Amino acid sequence: MAAKVTVEEVQRVAELAHLELTPDETGGMLTDLNAILDYVAELNELDTAGVAPLAQVSELGDSAGASKLRADKVQPSLDRAAVLSQAPESDQVFFKVPKVIER
Amino acid sequence: MSSEVKAAETFVEKPRTLAALRAEIASGRVKATDLAAGYYQRIAQINPRLNVYLSLTKERALEQAARVDEAAAKGDPLAPLAGIPVGIKDVLVMQGAPATAGSKILKGYRPPYDATAVARLEAAGAVLLGKINCDEFAMGSSNENSAYGPVRNPVDTERVPGGSSGGSAAAVAANMAVATLGSDTGGSIRQPASFCGVVGVLPTYGRVSRYGLIAFASSLDRVGPFAANVRDAATLLGVIAGHDPKDATSSLAPVPDYAAESDKPVKESGKAGLRIGVPTEYFAEGLDPEVRAAIDKGIAALDKAGCAIKPVSLPHTKYAVPTYYLIATAEASANLARFDGVRYGYRSPKSETLSAMYSHSRDEGFGAEVKRRILLGTYALSAGYYDAYYRKAQQVRRLLAEEYLRAFAEVDAIVTPTAPTPAFKLGEKTGDPLAMYLADIYTVTASLAGICGVTVPCGATKAGLPVGMQVLAAHLNEGAAFRVARAVEAAEL
Repeated sequence: MAAKVTVEEVQRVAELAHLELTPDETGGMLTDLNAILDYVAELNELDTAGVAPLAQVSELGDSAGASKLRADKVQPSLDRAAVLSQAPESDQVFFKVPKVIER
Repeated sequence: MSSEVKAAETFVEKPRTLAALRAEIASGRVKATDLAAGYYQRIAQINPRLNVYLSLTKERALEQAARVDEAAAKGDPLAPLAGIPVGIKDVLVMQGAPATAGSKILKGYRPPYDATAVARLEAAGAVLLGKINCDEFAMGSSNENSAYGPVRNPVDTERVPGGSSGGSAAAVAANMAVATLGSDTGGSIRQPASFCGVVGVLPTYGRVSRYGLIAFASSLDRVGPFAANVRDAATLLGVIAGHDPKDATSSLAPVPDYAAESDKPVKESGKAGLRIGVPTEYFAEGLDPEVRAAIDKGIAALDKAGCAIKPVSLPHTKYAVPTYYLIATAEASANLARFDGVRYGYRSPKSETLSAMYSHSRDEGFGAEVKRRILLGTYALSAGYYDAYYRKAQQVRRLLAEEYLRAFAEVDAIVTPTAPTPAFKLGEKTGDPLAMYLADIYTVTASLAGICGVTVPCGATKAGLPVGMQVLAAHLNEGAAFRVARAVEAAEL
């Protein structure tokens, strides 16, 4: 932890997240990320050996009440035309995106 | 908004209670349609100064109000929220109404369905006035991250209303709705309630369905109400709570009558008073002395009302903010991957290739704080850093949650300040993301632990800025939190 992030790493992470950063933005994010990572490095003070990670409150037992998955049955979903009407581009059947295969 | 500099103004006005309004509507003395029209008039007058509403759903509201009037005229039994004007934070979807989440990337999106909480309010007779401003994707503590401009605090328009549900808190404080819905991931209901002087409820994780809530961090996100008093907030929670097959995390536990629970005194005759824990770690360095003084008075009022006050220790408290920001940003980086210019909202004109479409749409559509959090979250989840950051944070999350559960074996509720300071000025913290994150220092732990809580007004500073007390209770023990909040409210501090 608390490794300093480099410009290259910010650019790599931005690429993973599909964010196109301007050089100005990259510089600002570099400063901010390093400040935040310095701060969260406080967690290193804690010995967490043997502590199971907690991803969801439900893992604490039924204290928050049981929940259940619904039955896996086919049910009517949202109307296709209503959903596609919100797309930037569609052909009324599918969402359209720029061509991905050259032929 | 005009660039002309205006002196600070105040727009505080307490809405009438739900019970009083409902009685007037039932008797026919007040028509729901007139009430809605009156609210739209007030919104038209003051929204230009406060920037609370992003869009109005007048047609739908007036149709619903007409249905209520018709039922009242026929003498039909009225639903619990019949004719009550309610505003909806713009991270919850309403069919056909613009849904922005405070972001440019969703500009123009009109979802084809209602969020469950929204549908339940309407089924209970509520008149839904419109969609309310918030920080972009609910990420922020001041409402300054909205792509549609900041909301101003009705108490003092030079100050922020808090965030991310700043608009929802401001709407109730300025009587632009009788009640509102907000969402809380790390304090986004409780902190603005404190800054604006209203009641805000963080329900237990799983208590209220998130179907139709635009997701930020799914293991933390909750939907909850704001109101001008505790009983109204409890009534609203009773309407929106309960299992929903459309949200797999929603709890099957039965929903108690929260309003009736809130009517119970903290000390019932013949019984011991509720046990109230005061965690020393929440009264340490960084707490504004005026906030501290106000909370101390609130604790004294609880003592006087018959509660047993005892110190509790939550020694891992200082690790809550770093834990929260690692988990919340990691989950956000995954949740916000869906905004890519394909299915809804904004697509960049620079979309020559699929990859360019993704990255340009996201770069042009997202604001700086959202990008910062996506980057932090992506970094924390990336190969080589996952164990050091994300897994470590999840381990500390367990320690924090277990610490609360141990405390609740000894006490019925825990009281703390909701925020370390009263509302700060616009622009005061925008240059320093870390300083802004620390505004959440007292609220994030309850978010991580999944427990419930209520922010209740608890006096004010000498300058008249509201101070909120945070009342926390164990999972599904909202009743205890409401009772304690009622006692603080009754003390009229």
